[in-house]
Amino acid sequence: MSTATFPMGGIHPPDEKELDSHCPIETMKAPARVMIPLAQHIGAPCVSMVEVGKRVLIGEQIGNPQGFVSAPVHASVSGKVVSIENCPNAQGKMVPAIVIENDKMEEWAPLEDDPDFMQRPADVLLKRIKAAGLVGMGGATFPTHVKLSPPKEKRIDAVIINGAECEPYLTADHRVMLESPREIVYGLKILIKVLNVGKGHIGIENNKPDAIQKMSEAAKEFPDVEVWTLQTKYPQGAEKMLIKTVLGREVPSGGLPMDVGAVVQNVGTAYAVYEACRYGKPLVERVVSVTGRGITTPKNLRARIGTPVSQLIEECGGMKAGASKVISGGPMMGFSISSLDVPVMKGTSGLVVMLESEVRNGRSGKFGNCIRCGRCVEACPMGLMPLMFSVLSEKGMYADTNDYHLLDCFECGSCTYVCPAKRPIVQQIRLAKMLGKR
Amino acid sequence: MEIAEKKGQKLVVSVSPHVKSEESVDRIMWAVTISLVPAFVMGVYFFGPKAVYVTALCIIGSLLSEAFVEKLSGKEYTLKDGSAFLTGALLGLNMPVTVPFYIPLISSFVAVAITKQLFGGLGYNIFNPALMGRAFALITWPRAMTTWALPTAGFIAIDAKTTATPLGILKEEGVSKLIELFGDKGNLYTQLLVGHRAGSLGETSVIAILIGAAFLFYRRYLSWQIPLAFIATVGVGAWIFGGKAGLFTGDPLIHMLSGGLMLGAFYMATDYVTCPTVKRGQLVFGIGCGFITILIRLKAGYPEGVMFAILIMNCFTPLIDRSFVTKIFGAKKVAP
Repeated sequence: MSTATFPMGGIHPPDEKELDSHCPIETMKAPARVMIPLAQHIGAPCVSMVEVGKRVLIGEQIGNPQGFVSAPVHASVSGKVVSIENCPNAQGKMVPAIVIENDKMEEWAPLEDDPDFMQRPADVLLKRIKAAGLVGMGGATFPTHVKLSPPKEKRIDAVIINGAECEPYLTADHRVMLESPREIVYGLKILIKVLNVGKGHIGIENNKPDAIQKMSEAAKEFPDVEVWTLQTKYPQGAEKMLIKTVLGREVPSGGLPMDVGAVVQNVGTAYAVYEACRYGKPLVERVVSVTGRGITTPKNLRARIGTPVSQLIEECGGMKAGASKVISGGPMMGFSISSLDVPVMKGTSGLVVMLESEVRNGRSGKFGNCIRCGRCVEACPMGLMPLMFSVLSEKGMYADTNDYHLLDCFECGSCTYVCPAKRPIVQQIRLAKMLGKR
Repeated sequence: MEIAEKKGQKLVVSVSPHVKSEESVDRIMWAVTISLVPAFVMGVYFFGPKAVYVTALCIIGSLLSEAFVEKLSGKEYTLKDGSAFLTGALLGLNMPVTVPFYIPLISSFVAVAITKQLFGGLGYNIFNPALMGRAFALITWPRAMTTWALPTAGFIAIDAKTTATPLGILKEEGVSKLIELFGDKGNLYTQLLVGHRAGSLGETSVIAILIGAAFLFYRRYLSWQIPLAFIATVGVGAWIFGGKAGLFTGDPLIHMLSGGLMLGAFYMATDYVTCPTVKRGQLVFGIGCGFITILIRLKAGYPEGVMFAILIMNCFTPLIDRSFVTKIFGAKKVAP
């Protein structure tokens, strides 16, 4: 089997997936109280549909989306709404959230099992996806129904399921592929139908041969579904890299995947699409990899949305002595959280607990001069010159960074990973993006 | 297994990415320094213990200069990063073994204190520090810097009264005289490869330099663009313009194997700080270095031009970097 990959840049960080890639998904008990942020997606936050004191059921919609680029949120436990307050999210922002006290009744809002879901017309399926509050579960949290409703002038001809999971440590997608391959393929079939495209692709990095095998078996009976073996190279799972790899098309600078006729959805999202269309089940839980050298027993947990991170860590035996950083998401693009009170959200793909010895560099904050070695240029999958962003940003010349196509950077962190002077290039890029607007 | 206290524990918060490669500036600098050992050993073998003395003086001078400026300007000491040590080592390998003690010391001050530190320290210098130190020495003490000792080890082919380098002989007396001195062409090439000839103490052994460079290639500290473009341009230029009998009669190998070309092409022109960053720009840079080298060797007063060629091309580095930017992903519109 040949392995496909993207042409420019990319890095090979240690993948560290052996820590918990062998751990089957365990369903976590619902917590005593959940905190469900009203903004768990890119786009306008929801408005609360419930009042304090109201009893809600699992899967009951509690947040009303505002505008098109938005997605509803649902209660993940049954119980009483105790407050609507600001809570910290993984990005460190305070966001309004609905707090529900679990009455342990595990009472679901009525679900509708529809075994003939594949017979339903595209618009019915799309409605179910929208109603279920699905968003990109790889971390970007872009509302799924928006991706599935391209403007008329954009002709979509391919949908790609992203099973690359190129972030080190994370194994949630891997486990979902191993344990629910058929559901993912059905999710893809639904997407093919909704988008009315001829072909669906599933891309998986070759460090997950068991997942490639399972998915290929599950897809065997469908001639319009193809499983791709991708080279293990970060950031293979970035949308633009994946499209280039699978379809050979370059998303134009400043453009979107739909500009080249492609829609990309994460493995977890495909699974959720299936659940939404088959059972009408909204997104109230997701698989989270809890891993890293700082956690006692790494696990893959299926946790309710809104569960505090601290409980997932407890479920895994707590943090080891010397643990000093907790990352929501993967170590390349994830956010280090300041408090374990932040809730699991729709985009929380993992929690990586790192030891003090692994983050020493992060603590000192010291970095050296740029020696112009060009490693960042070699590593950049977008063909940019990160050293220029770094040096100009350091000098406060933020606007000048635009000459070097600053906005094409999607902050994958490859440049910062390879920088021998340990310069915080991504941080400097973000500064320039904020302060360098022309 | 101990379990950390959850409550009240402070977590480190920083911007992604949260993992970084093991590579560091220190590691690169020390690896390059180590890769110079074969060339240094050959220098000691051919020119005797004084080669150690000269190189040591350059290194000591460089380290002291670095510390001195950093002390004066209240900056943190950066001796540990290995860059001053490396500059000193390179400068030492570029010295004739006969120089009096003050030349290594003063040149290393020019190299590290003036060329590097006064321009802002590592990463900010425009010119290659070691070459700047050597250029200063050559212009200030022209006689001392062009008095070449005979290699003492091995078999002697060069006339005992001559202390010129092969390039010097080539310039003053022509290629036939040079071949005559070494016996025949084959022996000339062999001696040039091994390094048994007059010259700066670390530049003579092509084989030793190639061994060091191979190590750097293997560690991916060196890319092929600059050395290849540089050496090939010198070879082609020597072939076209270097012959007495007209165009295309020159001997490319003599030019490619002698002088400071190998040391310059692999170690000086490729200095990260002072060469272009983008690969295509590096090709242009290498070709420029080769062109100026051959121009000086054939047409100017000096028998050797590698040093000035690199220093001149250093001036063009910012321009090349601006002209040869990378091709960005998605720049070309692709129809679906």
